[in-house]
Amino acid sequence: MIRFSLKGMAGRKLRTALTALAVILGVTMVSGTFVLTDSIDRAFDAIFSSVYVGTDATITGKSAFEISNGSGTTAPPFQESLRPEVAALPDVADAIGGVAGDAQLIGRDGKSIVFGGAPNLGFSVDPTRPDFNTLTLEKGAWPGRGEVVVDVSTASRKKLDVGQEIGVQAEGPVVQFRISGLVKFGSVDTIGGATLAGFDLPTAQALFRKVGKLDQIRVAGKPGVSRAQLVREIRAILPPGTQVRTGTEQAAEDAKATNEFISFLRYFLLAFGVIALFVGAFVIFNSLSITIAQRTRELATLRTLGASRRQVRFSVIVESLVMGTIASILGLFLGLALATGLFRLFDAVGFTLPNSGLVFSTRTIVVSLLLGIIVTLIASILPAFKATRVPPIAAVREGVTIAPGRFARFRTPIAAVITILGFAGLFWGLFGPDLDTTKILLFMILGMVLVFIGVAMLSAPLIPGLTGILGWPGARFGGAAGALARDNAGRNPQRTASTAAALMIGLALVTLVATLAGSVVQTFTGAVNEIFVGDYAITARNNFSPIPTDAAAAAAQAPGVLAVGSVRTGQTLVFGKPDFSTAVDPGVGAVINLDWVSGSNAVLAELGKDGAFVDKEFAKKHDLEVGSPVEVTFVNGNTGTFVIKGIFDPPSGGSPFGVVTISAAAWDAENPSPKNVYSFVLMRGGETEANAAVLGQALAPFPNAKVATREQFVENQISGLKSILNVLYVLLALSIVVSLFGIINTLVLSVFERTREIGMLRAIGMTRSQTRWMIRHESVITSLIGAIIGIILGVILAGLLILKIDLIDFSFPTLQVIVFAVAAVLVGVLAAIFPARRAAKLNPLEALHYE
Amino acid sequence: MENGDRAAVLVARDVTRRYGDGDTAVDALRGVSVDVPAGELTAVMGPSGSGKSTLMHILAGLDRPSTGLVTVAGKEITDLGDSELTKLRREHIGFVFQFFNLLPMLNAEENIVLPLTIAGVKPDRAWLDELIGSVGLGDRLHHRPSELSGGQQQRVAIARALVSRPSVVFADEPTGNLDSRTGGEILELLRQAVEEMGQTVVMVTHEARASAIADRVLFLADGIIVRELSGASAPEIGAAMEAISSE
Ligand SMILES: Nc1ncnc2c1ncn2[C@@H]1O[C@H](COP(=O)(O)OP(=O)(O)OP(=O)(O)O)[C@@H](O)[C@H]1O
Ligand SMILES: [Mg+2]
Repeated sequence: MIRFSLKGMAGRKLRTALTALAVILGVTMVSGTFVLTDSIDRAFDAIFSSVYVGTDATITGKSAFEISNGSGTTAPPFQESLRPEVAALPDVADAIGGVAGDAQLIGRDGKSIVFGGAPNLGFSVDPTRPDFNTLTLEKGAWPGRGEVVVDVSTASRKKLDVGQEIGVQAEGPVVQFRISGLVKFGSVDTIGGATLAGFDLPTAQALFRKVGKLDQIRVAGKPGVSRAQLVREIRAILPPGTQVRTGTEQAAEDAKATNEFISFLRYFLLAFGVIALFVGAFVIFNSLSITIAQRTRELATLRTLGASRRQVRFSVIVESLVMGTIASILGLFLGLALATGLFRLFDAVGFTLPNSGLVFSTRTIVVSLLLGIIVTLIASILPAFKATRVPPIAAVREGVTIAPGRFARFRTPIAAVITILGFAGLFWGLFGPDLDTTKILLFMILGMVLVFIGVAMLSAPLIPGLTGILGWPGARFGGAAGALARDNAGRNPQRTASTAAALMIGLALVTLVATLAGSVVQTFTGAVNEIFVGDYAITARNNFSPIPTDAAAAAAQAPGVLAVGSVRTGQTLVFGKPDFSTAVDPGVGAVINLDWVSGSNAVLAELGKDGAFVDKEFAKKHDLEVGSPVEVTFVNGNTGTFVIKGIFDPPSGGSPFGVVTISAAAWDAENPSPKNVYSFVLMRGGETEANAAVLGQALAPFPNAKVATREQFVENQISGLKSILNVLYVLLALSIVVSLFGIINTLVLSVFERTREIGMLRAIGMTRSQTRWMIRHESVITSLIGAIIGIILGVILAGLLILKIDLIDFSFPTLQVIVFAVAAVLVGVLAAIFPARRAAKLNPLEALHYE
Repeated sequence: MENGDRAAVLVARDVTRRYGDGDTAVDALRGVSVDVPAGELTAVMGPSGSGKSTLMHILAGLDRPSTGLVTVAGKEITDLGDSELTKLRREHIGFVFQFFNLLPMLNAEENIVLPLTIAGVKPDRAWLDELIGSVGLGDRLHHRPSELSGGQQQRVAIARALVSRPSVVFADEPTGNLDSRTGGEILELLRQAVEEMGQTVVMVTHEARASAIADRVLFLADGIIVRELSGASAPEIGAAMEAISSE
C-alpha cells in the first residue's frame, strides 16, 4: 500500500511539487531563522568572551534599579580614586580604568559617519595593557594625546587610514584627531555596523565629560589567586554605587542586551515562518481535496479490489507524510541558503552581523522537520477522510459524487461557532482582566487562527454571489470567455473558497498592519501639531539618538531665536516601578502647548528645582493633585521629592513626556551626561528659508544635529515606522507567495479536470487567447475574493486592536487598500500564467479523446 | 432457473431497486430472482436501460437492493457493513470493467497482483505464472497501462480479477470498448477461465455474439427477467433480443 502511495505521487509530479512548495517556503523561513540567529548568537558569545579573556574581575557602576536594555540610560560612573585603592589590594596584580560613551565620527566632508541606525561606540584604551582592551589593534599604533583609533570596516568604507585627520563628537563640539591605528572589536570587524573609536583615558574622560571618573575597572589577579577570592577581596572595599563581577560574569552581562535582541529577532522571524506554514496548510488541504475528487474512480477501483476504508485513508496520509517530509528536508537545507542571504542583506543595508560560520543545530533540524511534517499531516486529515467516502460503485458509474461527511450538514454552524470562538478568544486576549503578556499573545494568536479557519469555511456560501459580482465586468465586456470564467469560478464554491482563503490570510495581515500604521501616523501627526507650537525641531540625524545639550545651547545663541525648549528623557524609579521620566528646560513654555487640567502652560517654565508635572491618567492612578509630593529615584541612587505643579491631558496620540516631568536643571544634577531627545525652536518670523539657514549655521559644530520644520519633524519621526512597515510587508509577502502557489495549483488541477471541456470549447471555435483569457479571469476573480474578505477581516482585526490601545484613533488606509486590491489582481494574473498556457496548448482533438 | 447438478454461489430473491422517490422515481429492478451456479458463465442481456448494470451492481454488493435478498457463497450480503463488504470483495468477488480501470502508475504485473497486495497476501508464483501465461501477457508485464493496447489492458484486468480465485467474477460490457476481433479474444479468455479454472462468471453485454459463449443467458426488460436461454447460439440469442425489444 505504501509503495502504491509513492507510485501515485510519482505519477502526479507536478501537483505534488506545487503542493510541496507551500511547505518548503514556510520551513525554509523557520530553518533560516534558526540558522541565522544561532549563528549570530555564537558569534556574539565568542566576541564577548574574547573581550574579557585576560580579565579576572571587573568593577562597574551600579544603577539604583534595574535599567531596561536599550533605554539609552546607563549606570552612572564612579570616582577614579577607586582604581589605586583596588590596585593596592594584596591579591591584585593590575587594575586598569576605562570609560565609554557615544563617539560620533565626522568625515572630512563635515558629515557624521553613520551606517543605518547603528550606534557609534567610543572607548578608552590602555596601550600598556592591550589584552585588557575591548578593541584589538590591527594596524598602526594605540592612540596617544590627540589621537584616535577607528575600526577597520569604517576605515575601509570611508577610505580612512593611519595618519589622516578625523573629527569626533561626543558630549561637546567636534574635536579633530589624528588616526593612529585601526582596530577590531574583539575578533570581528564591527558589530551591527557600529562605528568604533578608541582614545587614551584622559582624552576619553574629557570627551565623555567623565573627568576624574571611570565606568569600569578591569582587574587581573596575582597568579594562584582564585577569581572568587579576588572578587571577595574587592567587594570588601567597594563604595556604594559600584559592583564587582568575574570576567566571565561581565561577559555574560554585556551579552545580555544582544541576547535579548537576538531572541526577539528569532521569534519575530519565526512568526512569519509559522504564518507561511499556516497559509501553506490551506494550500495543501485544498490541493489534496481536489486531487482526491479527481481520483474518485481510481480510489473506487481500489475499493472494488478489496481495499478497506482504512487502507484508502492510510494511502492518502502516507502520501502527504512523504511529501511533507521531502518538502521539510528541502526547506531545512534551503534555510541555510536563506541565512547566508540574510547575512548578506543585513550587510548591504549597513547592519553587519557578526558571522563566524553557520550554526546548524539539532534543534533547528528537529523543529523545522516536525513543523513542516505536522502541518502537512494536519492539512491532510480531512482530505484523507473524504477519500474514505468514495463509494466503490464510483468505479463503474460516471458522475458519482463523494458523499458528504457525517458533519457536512453542520458545516455552516460549525464554521460560525469557530469564528465566534475565534473572536471571543481575541476579545478575551485584548480585554480580559489581569492577563500577562504570554496569555494575551496566546489568546490573540489562537483567536486569529480560529477566525481565519472559520471565515474560510463561512465564505463558501458567499462564493456564488461574489463571483457573480466580481465576474460581471469580465462577463459583460469579455464575451463568452468572461462569462465562462465567472461560472467556472463559481461552480465549485468550496474549492474557490479555500483557494481564496490562503490569500485572504496574507491580505488580512497586511491590511491589519497597514491600518495600525496608518492610524498611528494619523494620531501622531495630530498630536505633534497640537503640542508643538514652535517653528523648528532639532534632532539627531537618525531622528532618535539623543544629542548633546550643547547643541540646543548653540541654537539659542543664533540671531532671531526667541526660545529653545528641550526635552531630556531617561529611566527613573517612581512609585516603586522603573519608568521613563522626562525633563524640560524653561524654554519649552514657548514651544510646547499642553491642555492643562490643573495649572497652566506657565508651569513648563516655572518648574524650578523641585517642581514636576504629570498627565491626567498618572495623577488619577496615584491620587495626585497640585501640591502632592512625588518621589523620583535616579540611576545614581539619589531620590528627590518633587511637588506637582500641573496636571495635563495628553492628546490621543500621546505626548513626548514620561510619567513625571521635572526641570532640566534638577535632572542634570542626577544624570550622567544628560542629552536631549528633541529641542524645539521658536524664531522671529517663523518658518523661513533665512531662519533655517541661521539655525543650520549655529548647529554647524554639531554635525549629528539636524534642523527640521514641524512638517519634516513629523515626517522624520514617522520614517522609522515606515521602515518597520516595509520589513513587515516583505515578510508577509512570503505568505502571499505561498497562497500564489495555492492558486496556481488549483488552476492547474482545474484545467486538468476540464481537459475534455476545454477541448470541446476549442473544437467549437474558442481561440487560444480566449482560452488564456478565461483562465486568467477565473484566477483574478478568485484572488479578488481572497483580497476582499482579507481586507475586510484585516480592518476589523485592526479596529479591535485599536480599541484596546487608547493612544490611537482608527483611520481607514484607503490608499493602501487600493494598492492591495491591485496587488491581488496582479497575483491572480501571475498565478494564471502557467495554467493558462497549459490550457491554451491543449490540442482540441487529443483533449476530446482524453479519458 | 434451478440448475440441478451444481450449487448456486450467487442467489438473488425478489430484488427490486428504485432510484429517487416521488414523481421522479425510477424502478430499475422490479422483482428479480436469479441463481448463478458455480463454474458457469452467465450472461445478462437486455435493451439499454433495462436494469442490467443495476442488477450486476447489486449482485456484487456495490449497490443495495430496495427490497429483496442477495447471498454470495452462502452469505447474505444485503445488510453487510462496509468492512464486511470489503472482506467479501477480497475473498469472493472479482471485477472486469468496461473501461479497464487499471491504475496508471502501476505496471501490468503490479496491477495484476494488486488485489493480493491490498489483502496483504503473498502471490503464489506458480499460480501467477500460469495466470499470466494463460492471458498471454508474458512480454508486456513491466509496461504501464498507457503503453498497452486496449485488448492488452483488458487482459491485465482479467488476470487481476482472477488472481485471488474469487467465487464470482463480474464483467460489465467487457468488450464494450474494444473492436470486435480484440473483443472476441477477451471473450475467449473468459470462457477459458470457466472451462479450465472452473471460474464462475457473470457478464453483462448487449452483443448476441458475446452472449453466445455463455452457458446461460438471462434477458432483462424493464427491470424483470423475461426470458432465459441455455447453450444458445448467436442467431438464437439475436432473435430473442429482437423479440424482446419489439414488445
Ligand atoms: N443512479 C441512478 N439514479 C437514477 N436512475 C438511475 C441511476 N442508475 C440507473 N438509473 C436508471 O435505472 C434504469 C436502469 O439502468 P441501468 O444502468 O441498470 O441500465 P442498463 O441496462 O445497464 O443500460 P445500458 O445498456 O445503457 O448500460 C435506467 O432507467 C436508468 O436511467
Ligand atoms: Mg449498463
